[in-house]
Amino acid sequence: MEWRHKDLLGLAELTKEEIELILDTASSFKEVSTREIKKVPALRGKSVVNLFYEPSTRTRVSFEIAAKRLSCDVINIIADTSSVRKGESLVDTGKNLEALKIDIIVLRHNSSGAAHLLARNVGVSVINAGDGWHEHPTQALLDIFTLKEKFGKIEGLNVTIVGDIAHSRVARSNIWGLTKLGAKVCVCAPKSLLPIEIERLGVEVFNDLDEALRDTDCVNVLRMQLERDEKTIFPSSLDYFKQYGITMERLKKLKRNILIMHPGPLNRGVEISSEVADGENSVILEQVTNGIAVRMAVLYLVTQARETIKNEAHH
Amino acid sequence: MREKAKIMDKDSIRRVLMRIAHEILEKNKGTYNLCLMGIRTRGVYLAQRLVEEIKKIENKSVPVGILDITLYRDDLTLIAPHPVVHKTEIDFDINDKNIVLVDDVLYTGRTVRAALDAIIDFGRPKTIQLAVLVDRGHRELPIRADYVGKNIPTSSTETIEVRVEEVDGKDEVIIVDKNIS
Amino acid sequence: MRLIIRNSRVIDPLNNIDGIFDILIENGIISKISKEAKDRFDKVIDATNRITLPGLIDIHVHLREPGREDKETILSGTHAAAKGGITTILAMPNTDPPIDSVEKVRLVKEIIEKNAKIEVLISSAITLRREGKELVDMTRLKKEGIVAITDDGSSVDDPQLMRQAMLEAKKKNILVMLHCEDKSLSLKGVMNLGFISTCLGLRGIPKEAEFKRIERDLNLAKETDARIHITHISCKESVELIRKAKKEGLSLTCDTAPHYFSLTEEDLLDFDANKKVNPPLRTKEDVSAIKQAIREGVIDCIASDHAPHTEHEKEIEFENAEFGTIGLETELAVAITELIEPGIISWKELVRLFCVNPSYILGIEKRSLSPGKEANIIILDPQKEWIVKKEDFLSRSKNSAFLGKKLKGKVECTIYKGRIVFAQENEVYSNERVR
Repeated sequence: MEWRHKDLLGLAELTKEEIELILDTASSFKEVSTREIKKVPALRGKSVVNLFYEPSTRTRVSFEIAAKRLSCDVINIIADTSSVRKGESLVDTGKNLEALKIDIIVLRHNSSGAAHLLARNVGVSVINAGDGWHEHPTQALLDIFTLKEKFGKIEGLNVTIVGDIAHSRVARSNIWGLTKLGAKVCVCAPKSLLPIEIERLGVEVFNDLDEALRDTDCVNVLRMQLERDEKTIFPSSLDYFKQYGITMERLKKLKRNILIMHPGPLNRGVEISSEVADGENSVILEQVTNGIAVRMAVLYLVTQARETIKNEAHH
Repeated sequence: MREKAKIMDKDSIRRVLMRIAHEILEKNKGTYNLCLMGIRTRGVYLAQRLVEEIKKIENKSVPVGILDITLYRDDLTLIAPHPVVHKTEIDFDINDKNIVLVDDVLYTGRTVRAALDAIIDFGRPKTIQLAVLVDRGHRELPIRADYVGKNIPTSSTETIEVRVEEVDGKDEVIIVDKNIS
Repeated sequence: MRLIIRNSRVIDPLNNIDGIFDILIENGIISKISKEAKDRFDKVIDATNRITLPGLIDIHVHLREPGREDKETILSGTHAAAKGGITTILAMPNTDPPIDSVEKVRLVKEIIEKNAKIEVLISSAITLRREGKELVDMTRLKKEGIVAITDDGSSVDDPQLMRQAMLEAKKKNILVMLHCEDKSLSLKGVMNLGFISTCLGLRGIPKEAEFKRIERDLNLAKETDARIHITHISCKESVELIRKAKKEGLSLTCDTAPHYFSLTEEDLLDFDANKKVNPPLRTKEDVSAIKQAIREGVIDCIASDHAPHTEHEKEIEFENAEFGTIGLETELAVAITELIEPGIISWKELVRLFCVNPSYILGIEKRSLSPGKEANIIILDPQKEWIVKKEDFLSRSKNSAFLGKKLKGKVECTIYKGRIVFAQENEVYSNERVR
């Protein structure tokens, strides 16, 4: 099995084997972060640009740490502070970064498909760190990595994703990845937060949370984006918590070793109670730790593939 | 690609490892502060066998670690297909230890260079020594082995293949010519 | 000047011709169609193994001039049309400013006079500034020569105003061309609403936005007896409504665009905004319904909805990109590839879709190859396979939904009023051989 993509744009286009290769590579990289000297020279001399058009401290920091542990140089561009505010197009920004001889762009953007657009217009590697409602592949990979660490396998597991599925790139990436690896995925949300024909992705759809959670091994709790100004009718946070909040009371009725995941940042008391978030079933902080290993693996694999493609073109 | 000659068989490998075990103990004056470090993939199994040989002689267990040097290579972009990155497993403190690095073939010296970098990221050993089953010459770096199973002069079109039971199903060392199909 | 086109397969459904003939053109007029003509000539085109058709008509073209000459001009657009085998186009009025008055029609006419390489017919907006508030002066516009009214790009939302427009158009005998879209349903959608929009995380446009508006306009047409033409229908439900209305005897025609019988929403999986069109690419099921409707004659004609946009309006985030694809230079080849090759229609039917029916719809002279008619003729190589490439377009914009696609059938020569307005650069059409 060899990784042949210069970019990581989503899990939709990856095979089961490619996803497994990332997970296996990540598991090797995890050890690096446990060392006294948390750094290997694998990508020494490479430059990574975190190009973020949406605020996200957590993903950006995770990518930054991952890149630095591989000895990359990291440059952060946040939308407000650069020429993107002056109306430079994404493609132009990308081409300028390429002219600066950087190697990898980690892109966070509020438009679905932005990473695809950038990737086909530049020769450098593009890693999608979240595009609109489309995909957030490294988040899903770290979720799946954490799941695999806990259960030893993915096949046959029951995973339930709860929350605003319609507007969630985390949900989409998780659904692609988990179903490819053989997990059974349920999604649970009020009707207004479920996108049309979602069941065709091979998931079971629930509106009732208790029903959805019955046999589940892991609940992935999505963040309720309360700040969104869509026309979609959002329930009030109190109502939502009542119907869809993950609480101790609910947890008691479920499998004892059930895992609670959340991509963060948490809205305590909206989608999850503090007790659950800090409780012993929660692996929320382990997800954060594993994010580094997964992102190291992705940075490493895309660089390797790009160099290989470049070498083949030379010969 | 054609197998030209078998250079070592199961028995000769065993004898050589036994001899190297003796040499290691002689040089380090026993097992005190001694540890072995196998380089993935085949060096790992050779290191484990050396540990067994040492135990037979001294009746003492020597710690053994596994080193994956993929992340320390200087030829990331040149090799294809790319090796999958594996874990490095060192579950003991290496500070002030005498480390014997174990690999199957010593060739350009670049793998050993990478291994030295990797070890130093884990601490500051007192000494690092090198044991190899085969030295085939053609060094590109100023590196030499402290313990050599067999010196096999080769041409650059030839390669040495070390096979071990645990991975390849049998123990042998053969010489292969890349130019002959 | 006597030009002879030798030995091609001539297809002309109005004269019921389909066979190998020579066509003699004298002073811009077709003078004779015969076997192995012995007449004297000044120039000869050897068109062996080629097909000769009457020049095509495209009734839905955005030429962008005046106002957006960076996207297209009447010169570049008609040049592109000639390359695509089209000798008559109907220009859409959504220019900047929109064509909504006699003065603006005159302005456009002047440019056409000066620059157009082929025939350009003019349509006017239905409402002033295309705002959907106040009707244009149809009497004067008709006198000025417009052949249709349309607010293309939008639909007149106010049903009362639309009814009035139809009544007025009926009185003045003007064709009402309708872009059917209820924007209160399509909202901020950028592609077809369904499984693929769910996968891609893009806002969807429900089919209802199209067919509910068609339903409304069919009812208004029934009531007012206006002559309506519904443009770029894209889905099964629209086909069914139109089929039913035609059965009921409504005087109604419609067209579809090549992308609606060749591409589906799945072609958007790479987020290529060149395939972002309005109405959006639909499902496989809709594509088969459109093909079926073409075969059965429910759809009367094919029009490109040629919509040029600059690269910086297209090579951007999908949701921000403009709607539309260029089509003049690919429509015939797409029709050959998708309709003739699989045996859905015959060559004669193709000529009906691209030529006979459009002239009927617009109420202009029927296109045929009868002796005495203006020589508007195209010669094409039906076997030629080619790949759609940016650099080959004559259109000023390159936003083709078909980039990278392999198509069959290529126009080699377009003759308008007896003059070669486009010819492939090969030995047959190069000067040495055109004696």
